[in-house]
Amino acid sequence: MSETLPPRIVIVGAGPAGIRAAATLVEAGLHPVVIDEGQRAGGQIYRRPPAGFIRTPQQLYGSEAAKADALHSLFDRLAAEGRLTHCAASSVIAVHEGRLHVLGEGGVQVIIYDRLILATGASDRVAPVPGWQSAGVYSLGAAQIALKAQGVALGRRIVLIGSGPLLTLVGAQLVKAGADVAAVLDTSPWHQQMRGLLQLASRPFVALRGLALRARLGGRYHAGVTLERIEADGKGVTAMRWRDAGGRERLTPCDTIGMGWHLRAETHLADLVGCAFTYDEEWRQWLPKSDEVGRAGNGVYLAGDGVRLLGADGAEIAGRLAAAACLADLGHPEPSASADLRKLARVGRFARGLACAFPWPAAMVRALPDDAVVCRCENVTAGAVRENAGFGEANRVKSLSRVGMGRCQGRYCQLAAVELVAAQAGCTPDAVGRFRGQAPVRPAPIGAFLREG
Amino acid sequence: MMKAGRIVRLAERDRAEVKFFLDGEIRSALAGDTVLTAMLASGQVLRKSEFGPEPRAGFCLMGACQDCWVWQDEGPRIRACSALVTEGMRLRTTVRESWP
Ligand code: FES
Repeated sequence: MSETLPPRIVIVGAGPAGIRAAATLVEAGLHPVVIDEGQRAGGQIYRRPPAGFIRTPQQLYGSEAAKADALHSLFDRLAAEGRLTHCAASSVIAVHEGRLHVLGEGGVQVIIYDRLILATGASDRVAPVPGWQSAGVYSLGAAQIALKAQGVALGRRIVLIGSGPLLTLVGAQLVKAGADVAAVLDTSPWHQQMRGLLQLASRPFVALRGLALRARLGGRYHAGVTLERIEADGKGVTAMRWRDAGGRERLTPCDTIGMGWHLRAETHLADLVGCAFTYDEEWRQWLPKSDEVGRAGNGVYLAGDGVRLLGADGAEIAGRLAAAACLADLGHPEPSASADLRKLARVGRFARGLACAFPWPAAMVRALPDDAVVCRCENVTAGAVRENAGFGEANRVKSLSRVGMGRCQGRYCQLAAVELVAAQAGCTPDAVGRFRGQAPVRPAPIGAFLREG
Repeated sequence: MMKAGRIVRLAERDRAEVKFFLDGEIRSALAGDTVLTAMLASGQVLRKSEFGPEPRAGFCLMGACQDCWVWQDEGPRIRACSALVTEGMRLRTTVRESWP
């Protein structure tokens, strides 16, 4: 790297973390490249509809409208002024020795970086429920994206299942928009939710906002449910079979299910660039390691839900911190981090409260019947995973049963598969290990690679 | 042509109409619809599963699960949740015979 050339800094992800990181770098006079899968910057939670849609930020983002608006206009301004380069609708599919292979509408291009900030966000953490391979079963995030980015409900009669803040939020948003939400079924019982309360009180307004949303759901909301099965016919979902907290059998007719248990960090790229991982007991998943400001070593920085599941407010702070760390490492004067670190600690306390109040349904997963599908990509069943669980190591079980080898690359089955193996092998999920990430991160048409030559 | 579909339009209904073809049949959608929205506005599913008897209709809507693959008469396979429908688009729910 010649000293006269400015450092090439690439940010992957244009959600709250990526946008704040980009703005921090621009303020210091640098010109980052921002690669994002969306057509327009904003990320998932502040996702924007395509051009030509007319709902206001207030209608789209409710109480968070000002934050969403500020991020969108900041990014659009920096892009319009040419102070950053925005690669929209582009996926990083592989990384090799400082070179990112980026698949966009025109095929694959190679982008070289000296410093890399990963702000890859998170997706729904899902757990298999018998029947979830049926048409009409979606993630909670999907239901929210459909509403925000398209103005549609994914079905005529919707049941939401799972646990976590998104369950309540999506339910309330759908009800407000006029969708028919038949039931909102939370696997976390009230006494468990109370346990998280003390930490949730660290952000009283956010906690109260959650309660207000919950109130909007009225009698549709049930805590402490047991999910039995998603009933379906040849066309898709027909009903949700469940038991209430008192153990009574219930059958709720519906044509659509939205499911999710909080979030799962999107870590494939962190894996490919060689970040170390640790199993996080609180979040029941593997997370890449970094220092408190996001330094992961080798010129890589991590920010946002892809490294710690703190939500959008936490992601904005983490994006600033990661960019500041990057600036410091490049010898630039570093903006002061102490105020941001204090805020981040508070957001972190709140997030731990959420993790405790709305836990991953380990017992439910362990009790799955043998014929339940675990891998939705290739219909690998719980029985097939159990049969191969004797080997007790994630990647062995993966190659023998094919769980995690499908086109989603294990994003939606890995945690459940590991839970099943742990139960069978009599060890902790932590000891089972994690599926190793493989390129391509997203399936790419063969032609895309050929064009690159 | 306007069959009852899976999705319900709750807002943003005043957009221009777009015509596309699905397995050779003409369908209508709105400008700014994703291929997934467009297909499910008049249908229940996107494609058949290759590994089981059940049809599929997408899952994540954020380009992560790959459950929403559909094909075109010409050109590459697309993710229905990520691509926008365009006037005259010719979509298929099954792989074209000559697909390499
Ligand atoms: S629905 Fe998951 S990739 Fe399109």
